[in-house]
Amino acid sequence: MGAWLFDPAHWSGPTGIPVRLLEHLGYTLLTLLIAAVIAIPLGAFVGHTGRGGFAIVGLSNALRALPTTAVLILVVLWAGLGDFPVYVALVLLAVPPIMAGTYAGVRAVDPMAVDAARGVGMRESGVLLNVEIPNALPLIYGGFRGAALQVVATATIAAYTGAGGLGRFVFDGLALQEFGQMLAGAVLVALLAVLVDLGFAGLQRLTVSPGLRPAGTGGKR
Amino acid sequence: MIEFRAVTKRFEDGTIAVDELDLTVEAGTITVFVGPSGCGKTTSLRMVNRMIDPTSGTILVDGRDVLTVDPPTLRRGIGYVIQQAGLFPHRTVLDNVATVPLLSGWDKRRARTRAAELLEIVGLDPAFGKRYPAQLSGGQQQRVGVARALAADPPVLLMDEPFSAVDPVVREDLQNELLRLQAELDKTIVFVTHDIDEALKLGERVAVFRKGGHLAQYAKPQELLSAPANDFVASFVGRDRGYRTLTFLHADVPVHPVATAKLGERITVADWTLVVDEQNRPKGWLSGVDGEVEVGEDDLVSGGSLYDGSSLRGALDAALSSPSALGVVVDDAGAVTGVVKADDVIQALAKARAAGEVPK
Repeated sequence: MGAWLFDPAHWSGPTGIPVRLLEHLGYTLLTLLIAAVIAIPLGAFVGHTGRGGFAIVGLSNALRALPTTAVLILVVLWAGLGDFPVYVALVLLAVPPIMAGTYAGVRAVDPMAVDAARGVGMRESGVLLNVEIPNALPLIYGGFRGAALQVVATATIAAYTGAGGLGRFVFDGLALQEFGQMLAGAVLVALLAVLVDLGFAGLQRLTVSPGLRPAGTGGKR
Repeated sequence: MIEFRAVTKRFEDGTIAVDELDLTVEAGTITVFVGPSGCGKTTSLRMVNRMIDPTSGTILVDGRDVLTVDPPTLRRGIGYVIQQAGLFPHRTVLDNVATVPLLSGWDKRRARTRAAELLEIVGLDPAFGKRYPAQLSGGQQQRVGVARALAADPPVLLMDEPFSAVDPVVREDLQNELLRLQAELDKTIVFVTHDIDEALKLGERVAVFRKGGHLAQYAKPQELLSAPANDFVASFVGRDRGYRTLTFLHADVPVHPVATAKLGERITVADWTLVVDEQNRPKGWLSGVDGEVEVGEDDLVSGGSLYDGSSLRGALDAALSSPSALGVVVDDAGAVTGVVKADDVIQALAKARAAGEVPK
């Protein structure tokens, strides 16, 4: 594997490691963006109103049970090859953990704080945006980071439909019986997963209020 | 002024929380709603700022029917304090207090300046402003809760069991602080509690509710104690209401001199001797030692409550709770001025009764 991974020839050109890495990162980030745009408002709305919690949990579980590869193939059969089926399969994978995290996070906000928010004269939108969401952020990030790990790992299957990403090395390696290339692809995926998670951990630190960190570590004394 | 006119609240499951309530809360007073759980006291309070809407009847705040005002707008004009404060965990203390001014459209600087002022008013160091709620004790959080409610200077303040989640010592501090604040601010305060002692201490008027949302009696605290309207009020006010009545009586009780000694002094203990510190503040009692001894911390029997001249209840309690049966009297600085005896309190009570000072 080392020989394949550190061969300079594999680090340049349109099929080199940097290009595949960026493609893989591109799939991941766009998937997470689309999934967040769908899942956060849904989870937040249900968490805020308390209505439809049953539906949300059921939908999440149903989506989680879907085999991603089967979804990918079905969409390919329907819409043809390309990036579109990849995004459909990955977004379906990412929505449940983000939605569940947002829903759980909003439900878990101290009911006294929510009561006080209404009682001091916030409108419903203000209660949600200025109190519930900011306090739910740690759990929203939890769901989001879980989704990110799954998407980085699963984006490998993009190569199965002829698209790019680090999965190329895995599938090409398999086809050519080059197990060094396969293993290198897998290691690169794992490495990217760690880096992506670190990136979101940093973002979480920047955007979550110090008042919500575990006791004794937050804010200035 | 807050007026309840034939207000009824029936919940969807059919329970009647408040039944035909007629009651007027006078402007500039602390009015306490007290009663057992399920008596409708909290529901009544929450109907004032439309956290709950009545099924029928009218509530007027300063002559305006609350149902004609958009709830968020109404609430910004009414201070709201709840149990455990309900602070926003993600905002600093200063931003918590600045909430209502910001909602009302003040600019950020003015709102924060006002918030810092309020921290001082409720007795918190402005340095607390930078902290987050989780870094404060329960009592401090509740002070912040009061500051937040007062920030936009509303004429009416609703307080829903605000002090029930803190320990008794802190609770007494907060109660005294509220009385001090009210003397300065002169708000119309509705205060809900299930604690009859708290009700009698804070309320200028007390409304006793009973299960099913009925108003059992609405009166001054002394009157509740001396003339309960019915058996429910009598039993709710408690068995020792005769003793509690003393809270509202102020009469001169003779103060007797007492033998005192300082720590480390060598004395011959005759009877009970009161041991004091350098500032003449009481440390404890000493007795049962034969001959000459050196006064040491270990030999002290801790004392009872102290009487600061407040009411006959304080005097009697000091005497009853003292190991020597002598109630220690202290001045404003906490220094010993003498002792009172229970017999003298009873005699003072008899005199007050003869003079017609005890309400019938």
